[in-house]
Amino acid sequence: MTTTTVFFAALFYVATAILVLGLARKIYQYASTPAPLKIPTTPAPTTKTGVVLRMAREVILFESLFKSNKWIWLFGWLFHVGLAVVLFRHLRYFQYPVWDIVSLELVQAAGKYASFAMVAGLIGLWARRFLVDRVRYITTLSDHLILLLLIGIGITGMSMTFVSHTDIVGLKAFMLGLMRFEINPLPEDPLLMAHLALVATLMIVFPISKLLHAPGVFFSPTRNQVDDPREHRHLAPWAAELEK
Amino acid sequence: MAASTFETPKLLNDTATLPIPPIKPGAMQGVQSFIAGDKIQEQLGYPGELLPNWKERAIERMGELLQKYRGLQVFLDACVHCGACTDKCHYYLGTADPNNMPVARQELLRKVYRRYFTFAGKYFPKLVGAIDLTEEVLDQWYSYFYQCSECRRCSVYCPYGIDTAEITMAAREIMDSVGRGQKYSNEILGKLHRIGNNLGLPGPALEDTLAGLEEDILADTGVPVRLPIDQKGAEVLLVTPSADFFSEPHVESLIGYAKVFHAAGISWTLSSTASEAGNFGLFIGSYENMRKAALRIREAALELGVKRVVVGECGHAWRVAYSFWNTLTGVGAGAEDPFGKMLQQQLDHRYKQPSHICEVTWDLIQKGAIKLDKSANDHRIVTFHDSCNVARASRMGDIPGGQFIIPREIIKACCNHFYDMAPETIYEGTYCCGGGGGLLTDDLMEVRVKGALPRMQALKQVVDEKKVNFMATICAICKAQFTKVLPYYGFPMSMVGGVHQLVSTAIQLGTNE
Repeated sequence: MTTTTVFFAALFYVATAILVLGLARKIYQYASTPAPLKIPTTPAPTTKTGVVLRMAREVILFESLFKSNKWIWLFGWLFHVGLAVVLFRHLRYFQYPVWDIVSLELVQAAGKYASFAMVAGLIGLWARRFLVDRVRYITTLSDHLILLLLIGIGITGMSMTFVSHTDIVGLKAFMLGLMRFEINPLPEDPLLMAHLALVATLMIVFPISKLLHAPGVFFSPTRNQVDDPREHRHLAPWAAELEK
Repeated sequence: MAASTFETPKLLNDTATLPIPPIKPGAMQGVQSFIAGDKIQEQLGYPGELLPNWKERAIERMGELLQKYRGLQVFLDACVHCGACTDKCHYYLGTADPNNMPVARQELLRKVYRRYFTFAGKYFPKLVGAIDLTEEVLDQWYSYFYQCSECRRCSVYCPYGIDTAEITMAAREIMDSVGRGQKYSNEILGKLHRIGNNLGLPGPALEDTLAGLEEDILADTGVPVRLPIDQKGAEVLLVTPSADFFSEPHVESLIGYAKVFHAAGISWTLSSTASEAGNFGLFIGSYENMRKAALRIREAALELGVKRVVVGECGHAWRVAYSFWNTLTGVGAGAEDPFGKMLQQQLDHRYKQPSHICEVTWDLIQKGAIKLDKSANDHRIVTFHDSCNVARASRMGDIPGGQFIIPREIIKACCNHFYDMAPETIYEGTYCCGGGGGLLTDDLMEVRVKGALPRMQALKQVVDEKKVNFMATICAICKAQFTKVLPYYGFPMSMVGGVHQLVSTAIQLGTNE
């Protein structure tokens, strides 16, 4: 067993632990912090079903962003949908046997070409950080680095798909091994190692960065509250204490 | 007052919206409202002056708020700096100061949050833009968190629903907690706690005013319309902004409410102890102060034994009443606790509790309980300004968006000539008047005038194209702000008025007897 294999195995265990525990901690924090007042941005749905639909439109279609700015919507949506389709294709590296739906020709082909949409979206978003003075003003170093990280993941991945194929059988053995706590050798392809290192970095920064928007949106009281304050008394525990 | 040496922005022809200005860093840095003195601060339970250990206290207070308000926690974490909100704030559009972009305004607080509460900010501050809390930061907070009217326009457009109003409120609460409060808002809130209304009008002065108004209405119409106060056993308690008692054009709407109740034969009363619908506790983000102010209304409703609580034309007051009264005081329905039930058992649940005066009037119009002569308003060509807190933080009627439909339906029932402003400037996308959220003070005139720019531009289009000469609104702050600001843009101040001012003109008294 090579040092590289041990290093990447360790890296993925650590990254997964940080991602899962970090996100669990933040989600627990969001879920357990009370929202003492009814603050949905109105017009808002008056039923729970309506709220589920509003949230679905928000996370699938980026409804509010669409209302706001068509360029950001286009680039942002291309990136996120591209990423989702690419990730779905990637399930095959973690499954044995692979789900039928994942092994479909269509899903695999879509997963390959969606990477172009993903990277195009990222480049568009990055360009705005230089070209629009308002966006340039609010951009931090970490905003650039996260875009760079994602573009790096996209480019290394695409290179292995379209330019120089990696030992995919070896990779799958390595990944399935990790999931069963067995360490199998990782193919020592520089592109693959770069890709995996960047992905692990993304997993590590996820719970300590703005990537928290992913769980955060579901807990946003302006989007997830039902507009029914006159019909139901809404009282946080700490606010109820004031009545005693 | 502070010398105003600013230039009023120019309006363009043939457009409802202005181009997005290039950023001008620091353009509004020095513009600050007066700081509250010790007496004002202490009335609200805050330190009288900046505490010696203010930094520690500010961080501690931020930590407390993060544990009390999920919204604050999520909003401080979730922003990705996408830029969607950067051109949505009327203060940015009017001033070009980048700190008036919602995201940048939030960042003023978020940078400090990151430094003290996040791993990345503690160990890699430069990387993520985290900074220590310093005097300079506090000074920026004081400037820019009082250049936000908490109108929530940015929250409509944010992909995560981040509401700058919530951030502004938290920042103001933190500043208040360390002894840095705003004179205007805190003085008014103190008056409300002490006397019962924002203007500090004592009961006898109020009675005199109401008696005078009754005489005026009698002289104008020949009908003895009453404006009762402290009448036990009345069906309706009307709670309205105290500006309705004294200010023009506000008082015209008060007369309108009185005529509606008279014509429909509904017994009603005002209360001398709860003579204010406004609640500046909202503006400064103080749950405790907002609750204390709202409790006056609960007490008056219990004391007078009314069956219904109705709120007059006031934007933020309607937000507090509609969205928060049930939580704060139990004016509403669906309580299962003794505190809430005590009042809710008294209220008549055939009606929504509380109701907006527009809901009451629209209901009566639909039932045919009041008669309106549209031609009485033929000298007016009317448009409607959606007030921010009504549009984006409340509702009327049974369906989402009722807050847009009902006032317009009332106007159309009262007037033959009605035209909406451009669609992107009304409804949920409405531009704030520029004076809300605790900014309606002369020391912020530059902010107010420049912040009104987007609304003024949209108004100009309907004035030019439709000859509009009356902008109706249902907010006391909008009315006061526009009265002051319209002349800066070459419009007559008398152009603004209430929806019930139109009702007052059109209503046929005595027809139901």
